[in-house]
Amino acid sequence: MTDTGMHKMQRLFSGFLLGLALTFAPAAMASSEGLPASNANLSDLGSLQNGAKIYFNYCSGCHSLSLMRYSRIAEDLRLSQEQVMQNLNFTPANFGDRIPPSINAADGKAWFGVAPPDLSLMARAKGVDYVYNYLKSFYLDSSRPIGWNNTAFPNAAMPNALWELQGVQTARFKPVEGGNPGEFEGFDLHQAGKLNPEEFDGVARDVANFLQYAAEPAAMQRKSIGIWVIVFLAVFTLIAYFLKQEYWKDVH
Amino acid sequence: MANRLTQAVTGMQEWFNERAPSFLPVYRKHMTEYYAPKNFNIWYIFGVLSMVVLVNQIVTGIFLTMFFKPSAAEAFASVEYIMRDVEWGWLIRYMHSTGASAFFLVVYIHMFRGVMYGSYKKPRELVWLLGMLIYLVLMAEAFMGYVLPWGQMSFWGAKVIISLFGAVPYIGGALTEWIMGDYLPSDATLNRFFALHVIALPLVLLLLVVLHIFALHEVGSNNPDGVEIKKGPKGNRWSDKAPADGIPFHPYFTVKDIFYTGCFLMICAFIIFFEPTVGGLFLEHDNFIEANRLVTPAHIKPTWYYTPFYAMLRVIPNKLAGVLTMFSAIIVLFFLPWLDRGKVKSWRYRGVGFRVALFVLGICFVWLGKIGSGPGTDPVETIIGRFLTAAYFGFFIYLWVYTAFGFEKTKPVPERVTGHD
Repeated sequence: MTDTGMHKMQRLFSGFLLGLALTFAPAAMASSEGLPASNANLSDLGSLQNGAKIYFNYCSGCHSLSLMRYSRIAEDLRLSQEQVMQNLNFTPANFGDRIPPSINAADGKAWFGVAPPDLSLMARAKGVDYVYNYLKSFYLDSSRPIGWNNTAFPNAAMPNALWELQGVQTARFKPVEGGNPGEFEGFDLHQAGKLNPEEFDGVARDVANFLQYAAEPAAMQRKSIGIWVIVFLAVFTLIAYFLKQEYWKDVH
Repeated sequence: MANRLTQAVTGMQEWFNERAPSFLPVYRKHMTEYYAPKNFNIWYIFGVLSMVVLVNQIVTGIFLTMFFKPSAAEAFASVEYIMRDVEWGWLIRYMHSTGASAFFLVVYIHMFRGVMYGSYKKPRELVWLLGMLIYLVLMAEAFMGYVLPWGQMSFWGAKVIISLFGAVPYIGGALTEWIMGDYLPSDATLNRFFALHVIALPLVLLLLVVLHIFALHEVGSNNPDGVEIKKGPKGNRWSDKAPADGIPFHPYFTVKDIFYTGCFLMICAFIIFFEPTVGGLFLEHDNFIEANRLVTPAHIKPTWYYTPFYAMLRVIPNKLAGVLTMFSAIIVLFFLPWLDRGKVKSWRYRGVGFRVALFVLGICFVWLGKIGSGPGTDPVETIIGRFLTAAYFGFFIYLWVYTAFGFEKTKPVPERVTGHD
């Protein structure tokens, strides 16, 4: 390669780096918000299936997934129609239907003070790490009407739906002047659940992972397609580069 | 066989030319006989890239309108229907949302390049003015498009931006109601924004883009040396009358642009397929919650491409003064060709004072953008924001003083363009 050729390649490369920096900088800025990471992984099919199982047994009684269809879950999580209809669908809904809640909104409002929200996009609105931490942060609080509170979402109206798995936690707070309940220090396991803390961590991660999937089912496909799109564009661009070089040979 | 084929092609060409004799000359004027300076560098690809994005926005937009429901009751769910149930709908939607941000990115770089190389100076003032109009329409187009998914940030962003018009004395209140067709952003607002976003503004945008290019081709392109190639020696391989430093746009710049477009598309594809929200920058987290006029998001902010101006609005305590400042920050750009009295175009040969000032302007713009996208609660940041706003406007005053009273010490400009990529 000639000197000018080297020079050109260097400039191309620095241009490419600039592009990458523009791409990554904001993502890096916005990603971590100080919450412990859930390590939820969409390519872990077992985790998604387990998350779906827990979700439909413990969450979908109150929360709808109104943008999601049973059939889509079967397709993406590699489950059969029978598996989904027998193990995940406890409503009269059909296989191709969107996922309804088991209670109606008025009852929900009467029982909890607020209708349980639809969870279709919760993981995109709040972040998957938030969902994971929320599920782990319920504690007993006699001052709340429902008897539960949550450090990830203070004064949440929701009780701990997973208490029989997690057990019952209480929270320790360091008194702070003017602050009620004070600065959070940590949880104590008041009454053990069916699972030990590590196992429950896995449950929270799997449910968060499932909700991350439900918030954007396309995420299952886009990365695997994206690699090929970029490979194609790279080949195309390389050919375009040689074409440009060929044409520009006679420009002096 | 080949002979037959050539005959057929020539025959068709003749048939066509007899019936539309002025078409081929138009093609020649803008493509094969448009002589562009051969020393264009990488800064000169962003005009073409913005056209690539424009085409992308129109094509993906057509498919989105096939499934989008422009009503407050259905809009949010219809966007998610596109994301989930429409075949490849997610791809079309991400191409459109990424395209919106990419549009502003390339347009901002394109404008900055215009200032770097003095592309707005005589005889290209009209090109600059048409470009500024494109930028204005683009801002309105993007704003209305952002309202359509009817998420929380769509609704509250619309409310904040439309309420700016409420700062107009006397008629402010009536004006905001007239814009919204209601007392709050509502079904009526969404419907009219849809009409404007999908039909009215794209038509204006296309017309302006054509005029921008035609106006450019009348006077010819500037270049990184700021040398007028039309005033230089004549005669190149293709024509005796063409500028010696010019080469035909087609095929030389078309093949070059194809290469750079490939590089650009790789970056876009990376975002579309691997990080379509760009951490909440291109698609904001709160916009995945349906619009709710009873719940105000903790932190209302416009999309990143408006945040430099939004920061100016926020750091000024008086609403009317803030609104005026914000709009002036855009309007002042229209006057750039007459504020800058310097005769030398390219920053390569301009005074150090110009280069430093332009660098400062760039920093002000980016830093204000960062402040505008934050929560705006830090008083120190507010003070910094005021300094940056003053420096932004200071650039234009300084530029006029610097150039009108002979403070600028320029370097000699070469007779011919220097080298090429």
